[in-house]
Amino acid sequence: MPNLFRPAADAINLVVGLDADLLHVIALSLVISLSATAVAAALGLPLGAALAIFRFRGRSLLILLANALLGLPPVVVGLALYLLLSRSGPLGFLGILFTPTAMVVAQFLLALPIVAALSHRAMEGVWRDFGDDLLVSGASRGSAIPHVLSIGRRGALTASLAGFGRSISEVGAILIVGGNIAGYTRTMTTTIVLETSKGNLAFALALGFVLITISVLVSACAFAFAAGPRRSRFLEIP
Amino acid sequence: MKSFLLSHPSTLTILGLLAACPVAARTAEAETIVLASTTSVQDSGLLVHILPLFTKETGIEVHVISQGTGQALATAAHGDADLVLVHDPEAEAAFMAAGHGLTRTEIAWNDFIIVGPDADPAHIAGTHDAVAALRMIAEARAPFVSRGDKSGTDALEKRLWKAAELAPASIGGGWFRDIGGGMGAALNAAAAMRAYTLSDRGTWLSFGNKAGMKIELEGDRRLLNRYDVILLDPRKHPEAKQAPANQLATWLESPEGQDAIGHYTIAGERLFHPEADPKP
Repeated sequence: MPNLFRPAADAINLVVGLDADLLHVIALSLVISLSATAVAAALGLPLGAALAIFRFRGRSLLILLANALLGLPPVVVGLALYLLLSRSGPLGFLGILFTPTAMVVAQFLLALPIVAALSHRAMEGVWRDFGDDLLVSGASRGSAIPHVLSIGRRGALTASLAGFGRSISEVGAILIVGGNIAGYTRTMTTTIVLETSKGNLAFALALGFVLITISVLVSACAFAFAAGPRRSRFLEIP
Repeated sequence: MKSFLLSHPSTLTILGLLAACPVAARTAEAETIVLASTTSVQDSGLLVHILPLFTKETGIEVHVISQGTGQALATAAHGDADLVLVHDPEAEAAFMAAGHGLTRTEIAWNDFIIVGPDADPAHIAGTHDAVAALRMIAEARAPFVSRGDKSGTDALEKRLWKAAELAPASIGGGWFRDIGGGMGAALNAAAAMRAYTLSDRGTWLSFGNKAGMKIELEGDRRLLNRYDVILLDPRKHPEAKQAPANQLATWLESPEGQDAIGHYTIAGERLFHPEADPKP
């Protein structure tokens, strides 16, 4: 059995060695997961804020649904998406099964409930504290959504990063809809699965260290960007 | 009211990310085909070794989906592959009988082996009768890892147990362990549990985690492992890219393709025999 030091050293060598195949795998993982997260955030953050701001029939049901889907099993999403995208399925004409596009869709579906549920939770507090002020200063509930997200941007960032974390670490769904094709749909996590099945355990673990490091770097970058102005320019927060 | 959000740095960050990540930009459309194959030709490194030669010659890129034989045939039956490369004669015959396949051609063969712990608690090392060996393993209640994933290897194992007139799963005692995984997963499990398992020779030779394990049994004629390439019938699968798939099948059968298969070795040992090599 490999000890933990060799993989750690291997991980450093892998990155320093700048192996072209590995760089492609890393780049593809980032592009797919960031794309999925970006789309999930673009839809999920306003959705989460809207759920905190508006009162309408079925709202509780939507909130319940978003929270229930936090535990959406990736392998089930992958399987359902496979059946939809298969040539013999209803969306087969798109021809995107076993392509990176299908992987983005899968990760988007997994990240969306996370972004929506967590941002709803964060924006609830923002709306409780600042909702009246926003309405008094003339905003409609609809136009209050960007302001609420701006005030609660740290919560929004955490929600988005949780979505990213789900995406980049996920393997069950993208293995099924991506097919783990070398140089085309092979990501960090699917490579780790493959190398483990080849018995290259130390190498697989080294890849795991690289994955964790990249994940940490992305979070750090996101926090550095969001650290910007502490207060909203629209509302002076006491 | 001017949208405040648009002027905010974090918004710009998100927009920047969106702009920087075009949804998985496709590379320039070279001709690509999807080959549904078994895990053994992928995990053993064979396809990685030979397919670049084909791509170099024809410009056709081959996207390999590596699954167990059962799943690979299902993928093709769904219309999601252009051709298949598998190794389970019975499942292949059913696939052909259902009208999915047009032609089925053997392109390579090797053999299965029974691997197990160095200690060999069932005393099967050096014997050449796979069915008798399984009986001895069952009698000794020695741990045995079964694939249980409807792959070609799994199908052969089930046939061997049947030939041994045993139903290992119902014997009890915890020695028979159905892991429901690929060949590599089964070898990892066997190594960890000091268990026996049936493996194709290619995956075993290229497997990197063999510590404490060895080949116990080989050379039984029932352990022959033939790999067939199947082209899909255009009447049932009009979506399959017939012409380039045909090119790949033809190349695999050609002297050049056969030569590439025969020249793939690990530590001097040949993993797959060309189709024409005399079988034991």
